[in-house]
Amino acid sequence: MHPVVSTVLQRLGLGAITLFFVSLIIFASISMLPGDFTQAVLGQAATEETVAAFRKELGLDLPAWQRYFDWIGAIATGDLGTSFSGRSASGVDRSRPVADLVAPRLWNTLFLASMTALIAVPLALFLGITTALKRNSVYDRLANATTLTTISFPEFFVAYILIVVLASIFPVFPSLANVTADMPLGERLYKTALPALTLTLVIVAHMMRMTRAAIINLLASPYIEMARLKGVSPTNVILKHALPNAWAPIATVIAFNLAYLVVGVVVVEVVFVYPGIGQLMVDAVTSRDIPVVQACALIFAATYILLNLLADVIGIVTNPRLLHPR
Amino acid sequence: MSTTSDQMSETESNAQEEAYSAAGEVGMQRVRRTRWQRMRISLSKAPLSAWFGMIVIAAYLFTALFAPLLAPYGEAEVFATPFAPWGGDHVFGTDQIGRDVFSRLIYGARNTMGIALATTILSFIIGGGLGLVAAINRSWLDQFLSRFVDVLMAIPSLIFALMLLSIFGSTITSLIIIIAVLDSTRVFRLTRSVAINVVVMDYVEAAKLRGEGLGWVMRKEILPNIMPPLVAEFGLRFSFVFLTIAALSFLGLGIQPPTADWGSMVRDNASLIQFAQYDLTAAFTPLLPAAAIALLTVAVNFVVDWFLHQTSGLRDDH
Amino acid sequence: MTTDENPRGEKGDVLLDMRDIRIDGFSDERWHEIIKGVDLTLKRGEVMGLIGESGAGKSTLGKAAMGYAQPGCKIKSGTIMFDGLDLMAMSEPEKQALWGSRIAYVAQSAAASFNPAHRLINQTVEATVGHNVSGEAESKLDAVNLYEALQLPNPDSIGDRYPHQVSGGQLQRIMTAMAMSPRPDLIIFDEPTTALDVTTQVEVLVAMRDIVEKFNTAAIYITHDLAVVAQMADFIKVLRYGEEVEEAETRKMLAEPEMDYTKSLWSVRALEKPEVESDDIVLKIDGVDAAYGNTVKVLHDVTIAIPRGRTVAVVGESGSGKSTTARVITGLLPPMKGQVTFNGQPLPGDLESRNKDQLQRIQMIYQMADTAMNPRQTVGEIIGRPLEFYHGLRGSARNERISELLKLIELDDSFIDRLPSELSGGQKQRICIARALAAEPDVIICDEVTSALDQIVQEGILRLLLRLQKEMGITYLFITHDIAVVKAISDEIVVMFQGKVVEQGLKSEILTPPHPDYTQLLLSSVPEMDPDWLDSLVAERAEA
Repeated sequence: MHPVVSTVLQRLGLGAITLFFVSLIIFASISMLPGDFTQAVLGQAATEETVAAFRKELGLDLPAWQRYFDWIGAIATGDLGTSFSGRSASGVDRSRPVADLVAPRLWNTLFLASMTALIAVPLALFLGITTALKRNSVYDRLANATTLTTISFPEFFVAYILIVVLASIFPVFPSLANVTADMPLGERLYKTALPALTLTLVIVAHMMRMTRAAIINLLASPYIEMARLKGVSPTNVILKHALPNAWAPIATVIAFNLAYLVVGVVVVEVVFVYPGIGQLMVDAVTSRDIPVVQACALIFAATYILLNLLADVIGIVTNPRLLHPR
Repeated sequence: MSTTSDQMSETESNAQEEAYSAAGEVGMQRVRRTRWQRMRISLSKAPLSAWFGMIVIAAYLFTALFAPLLAPYGEAEVFATPFAPWGGDHVFGTDQIGRDVFSRLIYGARNTMGIALATTILSFIIGGGLGLVAAINRSWLDQFLSRFVDVLMAIPSLIFALMLLSIFGSTITSLIIIIAVLDSTRVFRLTRSVAINVVVMDYVEAAKLRGEGLGWVMRKEILPNIMPPLVAEFGLRFSFVFLTIAALSFLGLGIQPPTADWGSMVRDNASLIQFAQYDLTAAFTPLLPAAAIALLTVAVNFVVDWFLHQTSGLRDDH
Repeated sequence: MTTDENPRGEKGDVLLDMRDIRIDGFSDERWHEIIKGVDLTLKRGEVMGLIGESGAGKSTLGKAAMGYAQPGCKIKSGTIMFDGLDLMAMSEPEKQALWGSRIAYVAQSAAASFNPAHRLINQTVEATVGHNVSGEAESKLDAVNLYEALQLPNPDSIGDRYPHQVSGGQLQRIMTAMAMSPRPDLIIFDEPTTALDVTTQVEVLVAMRDIVEKFNTAAIYITHDLAVVAQMADFIKVLRYGEEVEEAETRKMLAEPEMDYTKSLWSVRALEKPEVESDDIVLKIDGVDAAYGNTVKVLHDVTIAIPRGRTVAVVGESGSGKSTTARVITGLLPPMKGQVTFNGQPLPGDLESRNKDQLQRIQMIYQMADTAMNPRQTVGEIIGRPLEFYHGLRGSARNERISELLKLIELDDSFIDRLPSELSGGQKQRICIARALAAEPDVIICDEVTSALDQIVQEGILRLLLRLQKEMGITYLFITHDIAVVKAISDEIVVMFQGKVVEQGLKSEILTPPHPDYTQLLLSSVPEMDPDWLDSLVAERAEA
């Protein structure tokens, strides 16, 4: 087998194993709940029968490994379980399937994340590469100080400053990003502007600094000096000699920051009351709605793993040593 | 890299005489100085940003230590008017149930920083200790710990923290333990990778060949040589932990009332933001604790940035 | 193109003329002058050897000949005239037009200096095509001819490979082809064979010399090895600490150097130790097989006997297993088969099972004194620890012994509080020797202990080791790839190749013919201080 294929397969296999262990940890969390949590969910007045029925529904009478395979099997078919909320002591069950709660919000979150990524990634790469090339210039120093400050800010601080300036003092954008499913795209973009801007500011700072470091590292290679000593023009040094070797580090930087973005949405969604999966998870944590928490955690973790996997694969398929084995 | 060696031995050259003698072979690249002198010299060369950072950190520490003396009112003292405006008896007004915002800001320094510091120290004890052991051991234990950490790090830490908090509840103890354990994965990775670079050094091999025990090798040979990156990392991890705790408190899942804490103060007073058009100071009330968080992390980052630049000997030469 | 405007001159015209060059380098937060007013004149078709030890500034000066200031340096003053062009007055784009067309550069580390992402042939012709010296198809055809002239295997197809797919010696020759491709007037060779094994070095040297002669190209050949440069250069300039020591025609310089410093450049070759035979074996490696990770076997049935109070030199190229042998002796790598005996008693295979007494009797000195000492410990702590650990010395007894040891290695008490970073290379190695002596060992394993040092410092260290042996009767196992060092210090020699012992015996036996094939190849590949050495070697090998 070609080394590229085998290395990619190896990496994918490793990703699958990681995902398996992550799902195991997330699953195991339910077993760590204090013993009386059924009572807490159903209320103090729950009868023994309703508690027993609830325990049976959760499969607590089955061995752990069987519950795990039931759970993971169901997830594979899109069934994320049933929410804890909406149950009552009397046994009346108004709970909703987790998938129904998650699906529309997941779509909203993906919308916000992609919108941010579309602005942030090109901007950060541009800034990162130009500062690396104009090292130690006023431009570089300014960018360095600004981004160092920005990454030190909590997301909600950035968000509230933007609200004060762009929503209260100068009412340009709405401070509430309460999008709905049937909203036209234009209005949706308008409502999502401030959360997207907040996330962009935070992400760009991180991504720019990492890109800059990666490029500077690359430019220090002896083969770059050799190219210069061959009289290759500065533009061609970048395009022909640096760029072909830059895909792997750049992919890593982008994946790392998109993964960071996925986490960053949680706080930003709460600030702007944006109906996304992050807010759903925070609500579920507050009300200890474990099935929803598990589903959200699994989705976040899977996205995170897949993004990093993608970066690794890009690194592998652009590695000349693997592409052209001995 | 012939440049550096060229330059380095150049400095040692001038005094060298034609006749060879071992002691006369002058190898001093630097004038001998005590640790204190070196520290004073690098401090005097520190850039403005680093000075700013150090002064801010000192001020925060002072505030945290002497909070009861500095605060005009008690931490949880409730007054008659909620959301009182700035000025008068209450410099920054009162919050949603009538507590003095200024006093709570001062107590918040103590609580938020104290918890973040405790968490970071715990995470360094766990992550640093295991990382060091893994780096020296390099066998199944290292394999096991590294793979385990890989899996833990595959879950975004804020998400993991949220999940665990939903199970164990938001008490200060569980908060500290959960964040410390999650954060120790990063400390583990850094310590391990830095320590591995030191473990392969000939002087560590020489110590092993001498017959030195694990304790000596760890304490005397490895630890002193990995301190600079670990100290820098401590600063970075502290900022990160501090921001995580602030974010959790902001989400209502971190430090619980009535303990004064900056993250939850932002959350509690967030509704004042919408009055910015009428009373700008009111809108600033939730921004004050947020700015307090931001200022400290900026300060720490500035100091760490300078420290890293100092110890790595990085020179921008292009 | 400049080439068109300036028809190439005759042999003997001045090609490069550098006057009063001063270059500053940035280190320790300030600028230091590292080239202090050097003049350099090179005529067409001439090869100049630029020689000096570390810190001489030879590489910096070589690059400056192109008008290029390497990162962290700036050319402060002086004039650089290349074929009537003033390089100091030129803009960057103007200089770029010269680089890779009329002046070419060959770097030390070929493996790092080729871009991993491009095929070798494309990199070979990049500058030629880029500067419009000739067309792509034409240049590639020419590159194949150059590969052939440089005796590369499969010249037609080797260019289609990527850098990681060919060996170091081949890469270095391809880099020479790359430099030659635009038929430059001047090539700068910057330590091109330093990273190569000695047997590979010979092939590369022959190829480079022939092609430079063939196209009558002027060259500056930078190296620290006088014997190498003697084969390549018409005349030699000796640099030291950024200043010129002397310049002379090659034969004249070797025969009658004017300055004492120049003579010191081959001081190790002047050392000669009479061998002494002995049958009193102190340490024996007996039929040892060893492997890393139980898979790749690196030692095959190695047997070496080391007589008491003598020096056994183990020679071989990289990958010969000589350092692995040291690891087996010290217990860092337990053997798969066979054993190590000390004074007739078998030593446990692994370090953990050896007792303090066994550990104390065998000490080790490393190649890189820099990494062999904990940078956070003072000299006193470094030497004091074995005294404490093995002999339980404390307080004033310990301090007295430290003073004695320092005196023994020709240093004084003022060094006790210094950190390693405050010592020179030779002093560091001496402290390492003192640390080994502190244990009061019977055997010291020296792993390439002099190869990172300048000649004059090497000589000092070797003399010290010889003196200590005479005074204290210490046994050395001396691992090295440098035949000059072997001649200077050993009683017996072990030749290793690919994990096997090729030959073993008294120095006089090993160094005089007849030799097994590999020993013959190894010994004949070591450059000699004779400008005709390479020629006679090529003639000899052509006959065989």
